[in-house]
Amino acid sequence: MRYLPYLITGTLFGFTMVKTEAASWYRIMEMFYFQSFHMYGIMMSAIITAVIGVQLMKRYYAGKASIEGTAMQIPSKGPGRYRFILGGLIFGLGWGVIGLCPGPIFALVGMGSIGALVALAGALHGTWLYGVLRNYLPQ
Amino acid sequence: MDTLIHLLQSPWPWYVAGPIIGLMVPLMIWIGNRSFGISQNLEHLCAITQPKSVSVEFFTYDWRKHTWSLMFALGAVLGGFLAGIVFANPDPINLSIDALTMFAYWNVPIGEGFLPPVLFGFYWESIVIMFLGGILVGFGTRYASGCTSGHAITGLATMQPQSLLAVIGIFAGGLIAAHFITPHLFQ
Repeated sequence: MRYLPYLITGTLFGFTMVKTEAASWYRIMEMFYFQSFHMYGIMMSAIITAVIGVQLMKRYYAGKASIEGTAMQIPSKGPGRYRFILGGLIFGLGWGVIGLCPGPIFALVGMGSIGALVALAGALHGTWLYGVLRNYLPQ
Repeated sequence: MDTLIHLLQSPWPWYVAGPIIGLMVPLMIWIGNRSFGISQNLEHLCAITQPKSVSVEFFTYDWRKHTWSLMFALGAVLGGFLAGIVFANPDPINLSIDALTMFAYWNVPIGEGFLPPVLFGFYWESIVIMFLGGILVGFGTRYASGCTSGHAITGLATMQPQSLLAVIGIFAGGLIAAHFITPHLFQ
């Protein structure tokens, strides 16, 4: 029961990714070729909504407890420089081919897509490879 | 009732979907101080399945502390099932004319649903491409500690400079792959 809010939020996330076709390979290619405003509209309106939401929370809820009782704060991304740009680049190279980022991978697995299931298997192997090699990579 | 079903079946415009996704950032903070993002689950799934005999240090942690995150991912799977199977859009994807022309030129048919069968079907070429692409997605998102949701949305909205670096990398990589690799896959 404790985790129900996360399950509901995740369900809304997966539902939205599929309904707005952000989980579609065609839409991702259309985005990388600047042929439609659709994906850019999603990203921009999501960021603007999130900025407003976070600022409102900072103003009215700063220091107050979340539903789970922990004091409210904005989680940070941690140190490093190269890992963000290089990791992003590697992820992007994959995204530009298979047209799936991790959110849609999970959503499409729910749709019974074989391609997404294979991509998930690949992503888990990639994650494992990173876990093995991470001490040798520039941070 | 018919109107509701129609609303659930038809595709959502960007100005409906974007704000819903954006609201998840403050929502996750409000629920339990969590950062909205999904790719960390790839790490948790490795931690769950790693055999004791292998024990790569990166995956030896108590994944049960991240049950909330796994539940979010489970929700995403469930949401995909509801949106793509239960309330599936009966019409083909409504792409721009430019995109339709490009896909015709690429030899990629626009099938029913919104995934090209040539890439998402059970063909050995597709399986190799999806697996290799998946490796890059898994490796890259873990190296950068985040994907589109964690960096482009949460990170940018909370003004984290690291996320701006990641987004630049992600978009550059995506442009390179989409322009110089993907078109050659279907020749």
